[in-house]
Amino acid sequence: MIYEEFLRGVWITAEKNIKIYYKKPPVIIFGLLFPLLMFLAFYMGRELDLALFFPGFLAMSLFFTSSSVGPLVTPWERQAGTYERLLSYPVNIKVVLIGDIIAGAIFGISISSVVLIACWLLLPIQIVSIPMLVLSMISGGIAFSTLGVLLASPATKAPSNIMMLSSLIRFPLVFISGIFILIGDMAEAMRYLAYISPLTYLVDSFHVGIGGNNYFSTGIGLVVLFLFTAVFFFIAVQIHKRNMIKGL
Amino acid sequence: MATAVEAEGLSKRFAEVVAVDEVSFQVPRGQFFGFLGPNGAGKTTTIRMLTGLITPDSGRTFIEGVDSQKDPIHAKMKMGVIPEFGNIYVDLTAEENLHLAGKFYGMSKKEREKRVPEILKMMNLERRGNHPLRTFSKGMKQRINIGCAIIHDPPVLFLDEPTSGLDVQSKRLVVRLIQKMKERGTTIFLTTHNIQEANELCERVGIINQGKLVAIDKPEKLRNTFDKTQSIETSIEGEFDLEMLENHHINKIQRSGDKLKIFTDDVDATVKNLIRFADDRSFNIISLRTCGPSLEEAFVRLTGDVE
Repeated sequence: MIYEEFLRGVWITAEKNIKIYYKKPPVIIFGLLFPLLMFLAFYMGRELDLALFFPGFLAMSLFFTSSSVGPLVTPWERQAGTYERLLSYPVNIKVVLIGDIIAGAIFGISISSVVLIACWLLLPIQIVSIPMLVLSMISGGIAFSTLGVLLASPATKAPSNIMMLSSLIRFPLVFISGIFILIGDMAEAMRYLAYISPLTYLVDSFHVGIGGNNYFSTGIGLVVLFLFTAVFFFIAVQIHKRNMIKGL
Repeated sequence: MATAVEAEGLSKRFAEVVAVDEVSFQVPRGQFFGFLGPNGAGKTTTIRMLTGLITPDSGRTFIEGVDSQKDPIHAKMKMGVIPEFGNIYVDLTAEENLHLAGKFYGMSKKEREKRVPEILKMMNLERRGNHPLRTFSKGMKQRINIGCAIIHDPPVLFLDEPTSGLDVQSKRLVVRLIQKMKERGTTIFLTTHNIQEANELCERVGIINQGKLVAIDKPEKLRNTFDKTQSIETSIEGEFDLEMLENHHINKIQRSGDKLKIFTDDVDATVKNLIRFADDRSFNIISLRTCGPSLEEAFVRLTGDVE
């Protein structure tokens, strides 16, 4: 496949997803309300150091928004019967999945940017490195959108099944990734758990950009996020390919 | 004549089930080809392999000379596909769906802006262009579905049971549209289990049964292969027992409404007997016509009658 056709397929798939799945008012409202509720639940009324809490909060916001709709797109398409029509266009499964990833990442990054700007204007947040913040935002958005696409790979036409799986995998990560307890303060066993969570590396990358309380060396978080993205994508392609016929 | 669609030793197995078994055929450019078979015969699996949607276990497929397994994107650019279960996006309007399809086929905005109104007019839906598809009937959605497949004016069009479940008007419109495409030189590959449709539309048909291609020829030739199955259709006014008509020329008598269908290997003798029978009893013959062997009969013979 030549470069131009590949990029065209990816962009049109992403554009289609944004228009059909992400631009719906309930999705946007949920995307904005979720971080607000998280902030109220975890920050208000507690004497937390904002410099230590905010990077984890922003990572949590990006994590949930980027991976929220992606797991549902393929099951929705299968259920509506549009999946076969989509695959009959000049695209292949990789093009469709990258399109899904881009759409999820754009949604997650946009919502989290609104959260970041609002908090930056309203709260005393010290941004240490804007380039690092931007890079972390992009890497995290892509990584967790790819996780969303991986979660969409089981051969089911029922979005509720995927929702269950998605919640089962995503929620526990919040508690082991250095959001509420910094990695340096964790017990050793807990720290090993944190090492296997991709969210840990986004939290740490945000610490590099905001406040400067990072645990890993600068750049390590971004490299590991990239590796997680590659692994998620590779597995997602294999499973989507294997289950494609079941979803037609 | 140049070949538009080619299958070469296609096979596909799902677990223990052989869905398609060593199927080979060619469809010349511009031909209206019908792919017939009972439900579960392997029609959809074959079309999905031809269109590059699924990979065969063995064999090769070509669309206008492009290997649709090795280079599915370029092969897909040369075809339009109307999948049996493929829907369009009901949250988008008719115009948005057509624009989306056009973008996937690499059409520029200018080309799409010219082509989309043309398609809507062709589909008799020019006034519904900006309405979301969820407000459309099944027939209207199917017209847009076809529009999405032909927006780029493809040289080959695949249709998988395109009239299934449609009302009479929509069915007629869809058939007319396909015929128009054929007149413009498009190669049509139609899968159906509607024999009448295939008989009326197709220049050549292939019949698949249990994954194997059992016949491929012009409908007329397939019909004549079974020359023993000629029949006479008659309606006779009067009360009588069907057994009274039986003789050694008659293979089977079927009653359908007020008509009798008599399958015979000697039409002449059977017609004369019928007239004599009615005359002797002063029954009125309301209608009497001889029927050649039908494609349906050929199909049933080739695929096995399920009773």
